[in-house]
Amino acid sequence: MEYEAVIGLEVHAQLLTRSKIFCGCATSFGAPPNHNTCPVCMGMPGVLPVLNQCVVEFAMRAAVATRCQIAPYSRWARKNYFYPDLPKGYQISMYELPIAQHGHIDVTIGDQHKRIGLTRIHMEEDAGKSIHDPHSEASLVDLNRAGVPLLEIVSEPDMRSPEEAGAYLRSLRTILQYVEVCDGNMEEGSLRCDANVSIRPRGSRPFGTKVEIKNMNSFRAVEKAIHYEIRRQQETLASGGTIVQETRLWDADREVTRSMRSKEHAHDYRYFPDPDLLPLVISEDWIRQVSTSLPELPIARRDRFVRDYGLPAYDAEVLTARKDVAEYYEAAVRAYPAAPKAMSNWVMDSVLRLIKDEKLDAALTITTWPCPPEHLGALVRMIQDGTISGKIAKSIFAQMCASGKAPGVIMTEQELVQVSDTNALLTLIDHVLAAAPDKVAEYRAGREKLMGFFVGQVMKASQGKANPQLLHMLLQQRLAVDDHTE
Amino acid sequence: MDLFRLTIHDATNLLRQHTIRAQDLTQAVLARIRATDPAVRAYLTVCADDAIAQAALADQHLQTPESAPPLCGIPIAVKDVILTKGIRSTAGSKILADFVPPYDATVIQRLKAAGAVIIGKVNCDEFAMGSSNENSAFFPTRNPWNLAQVPGGSSGGSAAAVAADQAPAALGTDTGGSIRLPAAFCGVTGMKPTYGRVSRYGVVAYASSLDQVGPVTKDVRDCALLLQTIAGHDPRDSTSVNLPVPDYTATLTQGVTGLRIGVPKEYFVEGMQPEVESAVRASLAELTALGAQAVPIALPHTAYAVATYYIIATAEASSNLARYDGVRYGHRAAHSDGLTAMYEQTRAEGFGPEVKRRILLGTYVLSAGYYDAYYLKAQKVRTLIRQDFLQALQDCDVIATPVAPTTAFALGDKTTDPLTMYLSDIFTIAANLAGLPGIAVPCGFDTQGLPISLQLLGKPFDEATLLRAAYSHEQHTTWHTRRPSL
Repeated sequence: MEYEAVIGLEVHAQLLTRSKIFCGCATSFGAPPNHNTCPVCMGMPGVLPVLNQCVVEFAMRAAVATRCQIAPYSRWARKNYFYPDLPKGYQISMYELPIAQHGHIDVTIGDQHKRIGLTRIHMEEDAGKSIHDPHSEASLVDLNRAGVPLLEIVSEPDMRSPEEAGAYLRSLRTILQYVEVCDGNMEEGSLRCDANVSIRPRGSRPFGTKVEIKNMNSFRAVEKAIHYEIRRQQETLASGGTIVQETRLWDADREVTRSMRSKEHAHDYRYFPDPDLLPLVISEDWIRQVSTSLPELPIARRDRFVRDYGLPAYDAEVLTARKDVAEYYEAAVRAYPAAPKAMSNWVMDSVLRLIKDEKLDAALTITTWPCPPEHLGALVRMIQDGTISGKIAKSIFAQMCASGKAPGVIMTEQELVQVSDTNALLTLIDHVLAAAPDKVAEYRAGREKLMGFFVGQVMKASQGKANPQLLHMLLQQRLAVDDHTE
Repeated sequence: MDLFRLTIHDATNLLRQHTIRAQDLTQAVLARIRATDPAVRAYLTVCADDAIAQAALADQHLQTPESAPPLCGIPIAVKDVILTKGIRSTAGSKILADFVPPYDATVIQRLKAAGAVIIGKVNCDEFAMGSSNENSAFFPTRNPWNLAQVPGGSSGGSAAAVAADQAPAALGTDTGGSIRLPAAFCGVTGMKPTYGRVSRYGVVAYASSLDQVGPVTKDVRDCALLLQTIAGHDPRDSTSVNLPVPDYTATLTQGVTGLRIGVPKEYFVEGMQPEVESAVRASLAELTALGAQAVPIALPHTAYAVATYYIIATAEASSNLARYDGVRYGHRAAHSDGLTAMYEQTRAEGFGPEVKRRILLGTYVLSAGYYDAYYLKAQKVRTLIRQDFLQALQDCDVIATPVAPTTAFALGDKTTDPLTMYLSDIFTIAANLAGLPGIAVPCGFDTQGLPISLQLLGKPFDEATLLRAAYSHEQHTTWHTRRPSL
């Protein structure tokens, strides 16, 4: 029996507004416990929520960027349950009437393209954090996070493999970063993902029993957990068992999904419209305003890079995965437009590697680059017009990053100008050949591998500045000359 | 002259003419409380030191009466569901017995800005749930007209304090009649403003879509003055309406010529105390003699009001009271074994039986499988009830009814059957469901010497017409000048 997996993802994205969704407290990370709080987000008696308009605007940006329909009328709902980090004993969320529905994200897996549907997007408030101290009997509650705005983004169960799920998640994160509503950091919890996984016989239409997977703290964890769960379900069915509808936690250490020990019955949240908040009315005008203010979205930019810069799809994908990298690349190309592919190589191989090593990519928008894009542009120009060799360029690049100086300045200071003067090179060549007559003879006798030796010697004599292409050509000329013409 | 007998407007005149001092007025009120509260038991907290200090400050401001704020030096009692910074606020419940709020309700901020003196916090039914003040966790308040009778509820302390001259005026809250009923039982004036007219920020929430803060006073002019101070938009309350506040005293004396008074047949039912009906009808006759016109109207969905209320109010309450969980403030059970036990014991110990009853009822009507049949259906009926009123108010300017089917009953009379108690609200409850303003003014006494009141209901945000009609009625009678002998 061949099974296919059916996967849906539910993502919670923390929004980058400066204040919380229903009060003026700061959302900033790292404050002392219970510092970013006030009577409202602490759920004191008598307090009332007041909606932060920026949250709605951010939700609208995400909705437009994922091609959702924005509802002209939507409603806040109370989701009621008891937990110490939920101060009011209910979470203000949205239920029957969310702000947006029926969108999609186009993803690429290898060379396959697939459209993943987006069921709905709604806004809600985050809960605080509970810290269970293993050494004492007490649990500690920090309400700094209570009231931080979240977007809940629910996909259609359109994914059929862990790779598709990973691609969807990465694309969604890129979109959210592009429209600057979320920094998409799974490790820090600003992007959280739960997966719903079921399997069914291939070709069958009804869904199998779905299992919810939680506690996946990275993209890789999501893919691994889904992969594990699919296998677990297949093995269960193959051995005659049945799938239990439940919530399972991903155990990152043992790399398995485990049933949650605390048996919880399906919780009845007793949703009802929140009487403290007015229904949300969104005008066509406001939607239009938000739509026109959105930046170029990732897929459009990727396609433009392929079209206008002649880049291969892979390059375009890498360069547009982050908006700031894409902008960096384009700034470099503006500085030197003639070699976009070479520029792409430099950005991907050198710049991005440094970004990653120095963890500069942890920020939502990179503000400190290893070197300004104009300098990179100048460097590539110098290579293309033969002023320096690729090898020298690498050395200059390292110094650019260390000193912040422009490549031209470094080149002049260190006299790294490539030696492309034929006469100067010939002088060096003749000197080297004269010093090694036996090797010359061996070469002429057929040991062509010795070319490397001669190149190395001339390079050394020129302190690495010899133009390699020209050098090679001149050496060949010289070595091809007969004895009797010397 | 006993200073404690003064109305706000009389006291204000004497203060500004420097005939009396604010400190003397406050001291007189405090002495009156000391003398009479052992019997009446209206007060939970008397703020003697603070009040004297505020009065001293008021006297300074009164040196220049032209610039003194409108309620300068006037002592006001505050129902204990309204939060006062630094002053214990219990909501009549053990679960908040020692709760000292870190902030003032908006209405308190407005009273303070107007120069009022907060004389103390008065008793109420626990979490404003009740019609007799017998549900207070601490002790029942007594009716100053007959100490064996209830003062009505849930603002029983507010009404009793004003009737006993223990304060010139008080603030109460009204969710199903909780200002109007005790005002009627105690022979004072009480008004529930239009929903959204007065801020709910800082008022312990019972039923969010029904609660309103309102004045309890010795006469209609005082009611207008106090409403003037507390009314108006509050950005901290999303349900408060951004409409200008008219000058409520400006039109008080304009009389009732041509005023159309709707008389709904559904509000004159069998089982009413006959003296109540005859007193109310006599008042109507007076008003028509003054130039008003009685118009028969129908409010066909009246019979469903009590049931609708007890579904919607309890549903909202079950959610609003979830925050009282012993985690952050208020009572927490000692020595419980784990989180669930702590929750259960805290709430079992902290809530009284009526509160528990309503939380259970509210949870039930919101639960899966019952939501549509109860909560959703009740909201639809609520719309019909509101439509009844708006329709009728096209043919009349105000609607006249009794406030309650009986005068004040004896303590313990209705405590064995909650439903009997609920039916005390039959004439007041629909106005809360419809969001309309209502005022209760004294209009007679029964043979036992217990007060009877007339209720007038008005168009949304038309408190001015209600006050004008009530004022005309009052000025042509002397009911409001009578005082219990204490």
